[in-house]
Amino acid sequence: MEGREDRKQAGMKSRRDFLRTWPAAGLALLVGLKFKAVELWAAAEAAYNPREHRYGMGIDVAKCIGCGRCVEACKNENDVPREPFYFRTWVERYFINGSGETTVDSPNGGIEGFPPTTQEKGILRTFFVPKLCNHCDDPPCVQVCPVGATFSTEDGVILVDKDYCVGCRYCVQACPYGARFVDPRTKTAEKCTFCYHRITKGMQPACVEVCPTGARVFGDLKQRSSPLARFQRFRKLHTLKPHLNTKPKVFYADLDEEVR
Amino acid sequence: MPKQLSRLIIVFAVLAGGMLFARHRLLPKTFGERGHYRAAAVTTIQNLPVKYAGREVCAGCHAEIAAMHSENRHQSVSCEVCHGPAAAHTESPTEVQLPKPNKRAGCPLCHRYDPSRPTGFPQIDPQTHNPMKPCITCHNPHRPETPHVPGECGACHGEIARTKAVSRHAGLDCNQCHNAPVKHKITPREVRPEKPRTRAFCAKCHGSDANSPKEIPRINLETHGGRYLCWQCHYPHMPEGV
Repeated sequence: MEGREDRKQAGMKSRRDFLRTWPAAGLALLVGLKFKAVELWAAAEAAYNPREHRYGMGIDVAKCIGCGRCVEACKNENDVPREPFYFRTWVERYFINGSGETTVDSPNGGIEGFPPTTQEKGILRTFFVPKLCNHCDDPPCVQVCPVGATFSTEDGVILVDKDYCVGCRYCVQACPYGARFVDPRTKTAEKCTFCYHRITKGMQPACVEVCPTGARVFGDLKQRSSPLARFQRFRKLHTLKPHLNTKPKVFYADLDEEVR
Repeated sequence: MPKQLSRLIIVFAVLAGGMLFARHRLLPKTFGERGHYRAAAVTTIQNLPVKYAGREVCAGCHAEIAAMHSENRHQSVSCEVCHGPAAAHTESPTEVQLPKPNKRAGCPLCHRYDPSRPTGFPQIDPQTHNPMKPCITCHNPHRPETPHVPGECGACHGEIARTKAVSRHAGLDCNQCHNAPVKHKITPREVRPEKPRTRAFCAKCHGSDANSPKEIPRINLETHGGRYLCWQCHYPHMPEGV
């Protein structure tokens, strides 16, 4: 009897405890489940999280041999029109002569290499400079787009929404680097995407993949150890037209003052 | 409430409602999800087809070539530089075959002499370098070694050889100043040729008391140049006054 009494007492006690504690526990469980669900949902939604990345490129001018393989690869990879007016990336050849005159040529963007120079005498310095969209942190092209069709993604790449671009060419005018053009087939603005479809899969942009001398270095600026991080640590870097405050994410090493 | 105020409220309500409706209809579906743009556009771009497979994929099947290729000076040259975009080939290896650029056109893209190329990059003049012969008869692009020990320094140091050939130093042999060991021609990076280190070296010809032909310009080492070494002002492969 006493034992039963005890048990009863114990039972009543535990029931009271139950009533006191379990709603809280249940609530905690529900909250926990909800968090877990949100987490799982987020993981399913985006295996690639753009907020974890910030892309940039380094260009070692002293390594560029002007073979134009990057231009070729870019046109192949991104289906850029083959006519010699449309480039997402191109290579320029600079000649600086003794009197300080600078001439620049880029026959067909350098896609077939460069013809032998005829004016070899009197050259003070000469070199190649690969150019592409600088993926500015403060991009003038995005600012001027009247329909919000060009934008900066969360990982710092400037893209164009083909379906909403109205082809007004404001962005082509606004880009100080001449990195944009209007695709003659779609009549919409086109530009380098850092090969966004490749880099989000963990691959290198096509131009970086094929550069035979490693003059192009691509990487994640948020990553502590990468070829780009090393490039940034040990080289003296310049950006193009820094006075425009566009904050480019394409960094040039060994850049000549004459390069604009 | 005055009548005109209630009318005004109705007018504003209709306007606001109309605006909200128009905004709802006109705004693209995923606009504003991540920023002032259509989030779906990012996904569209992300899903574009990849055409360059990357060298790691090539190595999966062509392991032997990849191993050979990874040990030499072409190791930084991706397969797709010469063979073109390979993603289609990796999907259907038998149907899609990649080009073998084994004619003479491919290699000069990188190796034709161009003064704008960085000094030291191996360059040849296609018009004088075994004309008409495809490059692969002597060179294996997967293991680019010189087929035989080069006879002349100009075979590799084309830029310097060409510059020197039209300069006043054209008559000087490279070895007169550099004394290149024979091994340098076999393993160029490991065994390096010598370079002059002192002003006295140039003074052997150019010093005021040098025992050399009279036409050679002379300087007085005591008064000329001060603390500078000769080649800090003069480029020995192309001395000024041509």
